[in-house]
Amino acid sequence: MSTTDNAPSGATRSETPAEAEAEAGTEADARAEASAEAAAGAQLSTAPLEDAPADPVGIGVFGWVRWFWRQLTSMRVALILLFLLSLGSIPGSLIPQTQVDALKVAAWKKEHASWVGIAEKLQLFDVYSSVWFSAIYLLLFISLIGCILPRSWQFVGQLRDRPPGAPKRLDRMPAYATWRTEKPAGEVLAHARTLLGGRRFRTEPSGDSVASEKGYLREAGNLAFHIALIVMLIAFAWGQLFKSEGGKLVLRGKGFSNTLTQYDDFKKGGFFEPDDLPPFSFTLDKFDATFEESGPQKGTPRDFKAYVTLREGSDGKPQKREIEVNTPMQVEGSKVYLLGHGYAPVISVTSPDGKVIFKDAVPMLPQDANLTSSGAVKVTDGYKNKDGKAEQLGFNAWFVPTYAGEGKGTMFSQFPELKFPVLALNAYHGSLGVDSGLPQNVYQLNTSKMEKFTDENGELFKRKLLPGETMTLPDGAGTVKFEGIERWATFSVTHQPGSGLALAGAIAAIGGLAASLFIQRRRIWVRAVTGEDGVTVVEMAGLGRSESAKLPEELSALAAELHQQAPTAPVPDRPAKETVEVEGERG
Amino acid sequence: MTPLAVATDEHLAQISNYLVYSSMAVYMLAFFAHIAEWIFGSRSKVGRTAAALTASKAAGAAGTAGAPAVQVRGKGGTAVLDRPKVVTRSAAGSRDVPDGPGAAGGTEQGDLYGRIAISLTALAFIIEAAGVVARAMSVQRAPWGNMYEFSLTFSTVAVGAYLALLALKKNVRWLGLILVTTVLLDLGIAVTWLYTDSDQLVPALHSYWLWIHVSTAIFCGAVFYIGAAGAVLYLFRDSYEARLAEGRTPGRFAASVMERLPSAASLDKFSYRINAAVFPLWTFTIVAGAIWAGDAWGRYWGWDPKEVWSFVTWVAYACYLHARATAGWKGRKAAYLALFAFACWIWNYYGVNILLNGKHSYAGI
Ligand code: HEM
Repeated sequence: MSTTDNAPSGATRSETPAEAEAEAGTEADARAEASAEAAAGAQLSTAPLEDAPADPVGIGVFGWVRWFWRQLTSMRVALILLFLLSLGSIPGSLIPQTQVDALKVAAWKKEHASWVGIAEKLQLFDVYSSVWFSAIYLLLFISLIGCILPRSWQFVGQLRDRPPGAPKRLDRMPAYATWRTEKPAGEVLAHARTLLGGRRFRTEPSGDSVASEKGYLREAGNLAFHIALIVMLIAFAWGQLFKSEGGKLVLRGKGFSNTLTQYDDFKKGGFFEPDDLPPFSFTLDKFDATFEESGPQKGTPRDFKAYVTLREGSDGKPQKREIEVNTPMQVEGSKVYLLGHGYAPVISVTSPDGKVIFKDAVPMLPQDANLTSSGAVKVTDGYKNKDGKAEQLGFNAWFVPTYAGEGKGTMFSQFPELKFPVLALNAYHGSLGVDSGLPQNVYQLNTSKMEKFTDENGELFKRKLLPGETMTLPDGAGTVKFEGIERWATFSVTHQPGSGLALAGAIAAIGGLAASLFIQRRRIWVRAVTGEDGVTVVEMAGLGRSESAKLPEELSALAAELHQQAPTAPVPDRPAKETVEVEGERG
Repeated sequence: MTPLAVATDEHLAQISNYLVYSSMAVYMLAFFAHIAEWIFGSRSKVGRTAAALTASKAAGAAGTAGAPAVQVRGKGGTAVLDRPKVVTRSAAGSRDVPDGPGAAGGTEQGDLYGRIAISLTALAFIIEAAGVVARAMSVQRAPWGNMYEFSLTFSTVAVGAYLALLALKKNVRWLGLILVTTVLLDLGIAVTWLYTDSDQLVPALHSYWLWIHVSTAIFCGAVFYIGAAGAVLYLFRDSYEARLAEGRTPGRFAASVMERLPSAASLDKFSYRINAAVFPLWTFTIVAGAIWAGDAWGRYWGWDPKEVWSFVTWVAYACYLHARATAGWKGRKAAYLALFAFACWIWNYYGVNILLNGKHSYAGI
């Protein structure tokens, strides 16, 4: 892989100065200097060099595999794959997704009939599980693993190595300072070492200089971030394969037990087995909803709370629990969420012969924030009309917890609580069509095979009822009583393994990212050489991963401290030596 | 429902509206002051960039042969040093060009108008921030329930970040005119098309995650905006410098404006630092959103349009950071990526909220 092959190239080249010095000449000198500088910056990161080999090396399958692997794990390809990943996610936000909303997909297909064929071929309704999208992220993650492993090794190696020695010409480094002092070189270097060590630099003396390096946490953070990405991907994959998610509407006083047949709807991952459902059951004892009573916020829900009695296992001890909108109940690795709530008017139907043939709480679906609700009452069995013929009854129902008042016309609720509950029904008889075997929406009446009950004007028979009131169907077809009102709540039970791992990965990723972006990895060298005149020339230079304003500032602060230990020598009478010009800039 | 309580709340909402309109008026004044700054500044005729480009070529030729010019800062000409002076060199391959003198172009009058503009911006910021607070008090919740409120907070934060950078003595005065112009645009859109009366929130929003997730999202957007502005100016300034380096002469207007901006290298670095600094926070925002979605909707990630575009934005910024670390992609290509990423952010805000609806569509207009 390119990382291991290329990155130490600086180090290899750093051996060339020996050869270069053998050859005399300015050009060779310049080259030697350039490579010494490259060595100074070598291994300051573990980033692979992006010049991936242009051609397959050697021939045969192995050569190609090697070439492909090098390409895949190069920074350039990582960049391209990342870009493709962001582009590839886009269609899924513009075209409805089966996974998110199957109804919208159906509507879209109707509207764009001519596109359906091609869209289906491209798996545009399942972008995030499509072959091409999976290919992008799998390649990216293979690339990532191929990148991370060698980088981690290299980093371990760097931790064991010592900071590289000072380059020959420190003044070529991005930040540089120099001064002359009367302190002997050895003493200056010793001070420099304690100073740098005190600032938690790793120091390494060699000859007339001290090399030091700091900020390894940057590399560690970067590696941790990329590894955390892999951990998160594994956690997601795990969660997808083993997850299950089901919804259930529970009436107050009724219960639910966690088996497949009890759910209203159920989704599962590929490896999920129905036996994986942890056994537990609960009953909904009470449901509280409080709403803002006044002010511009009137009607805003303040608090929803479901009080349940939970039994863990098949016959556990009953325990009282509470479930709120943003705080699910945790049971044996599953979470029970409170999703919605509403009213269920209790309705009884008496047949013409005086028998109560139906008595049930019928859940209605809320239509707005004030819980204007609609639904359907379906009497499937036991009804015989006054001629003794078996029929089914159906009622379209609207329910408002707070009615605006007679004459105010509309059946729109004014407030979500039961202040003035009114139920409106219109009545049909005939066949409900439930026996046709097709699944039916329980909240809607299919009137295609039903006849209207009609009032004295020949219009559809409609009545508004208060709790306790009874309406008599036309022509002695029986009576319907609005007995009272129950509440219901919907719950979603999800089992998603791996979410704890994903969260740990996410936290590690953020931490690693912060370390990687905010910490600078940098080297500082100090050289001190005592000349024949007994004056020591001190040079300091710094080099960082990227050009940053921080590095010169840090060098300046360090130089100031070292300068206190080794103050500037008085200006000699003669003009300063070539490297130093003293300028009274501010004077 | 006491009539008095309603009156106070509507009163506060009204006060908030007045404050927002007043801040727009003051931003308008700041805008004119900035224009004056640029106009007066155009009188200075310093061809620093061209000079530096030719000088650095000459120096580059001489530099390898001659001794390096090393300066030691002295104190009043005596040899007692305060601290040794640090000389910096830019990395090989980048143009060694000094930053421009700023919009005022070193002219006294220009500088005066520039200072007036900044003072006005600061005043407008205070008024606008008060408007946001009044709005929050009128609705008795975090003022982030709909696009009108997002837009208000968005521009307040962007200006706040700019003023904070100024207070930290960073070289960002060049940003003033662009920022004030876009803030006016943002507020104009907010009050004309996005305005929503103080309204209630759906129950899923009743969570402390609203404070965490939405505030960091707005903050990231505002700061990414500043980064993107830097990237755009970098592209202009870079082609200006490239043109000069090739020995061509840019138009007079371009020269006058570009000459006063910081060097391409400084703008590039500025943009990078801003984007890199908020990227971890943006990561956090998405993670926080996922946790919240997990608690409120029973799933952490559902590829809802808002989630998709947050992800796209995140990956695009990750791409940008990679590009910066890859030598062949530094500079212009990286800047294009940064702008693409910011375009994704903007689309996620306007496009997704208005055109695509998903679970996040309560963020109504
Ligand atoms: C899952 C896809 C990936 C994402 C989201 C991602 C994200 C990031 C981010 C945000 C950074 C910036 C942190 C910094 O500058 O220190 C970064 C840096 C880096 N990434 Fe990735 N990365 C991904 C895949 C890869 C792959 C496949 C490679 C190897 C080919 C790679 C190699 C690197 C390197 C070497 C750096 C450090 C650059 C530097 O030292 O400045 N990344 N990555």
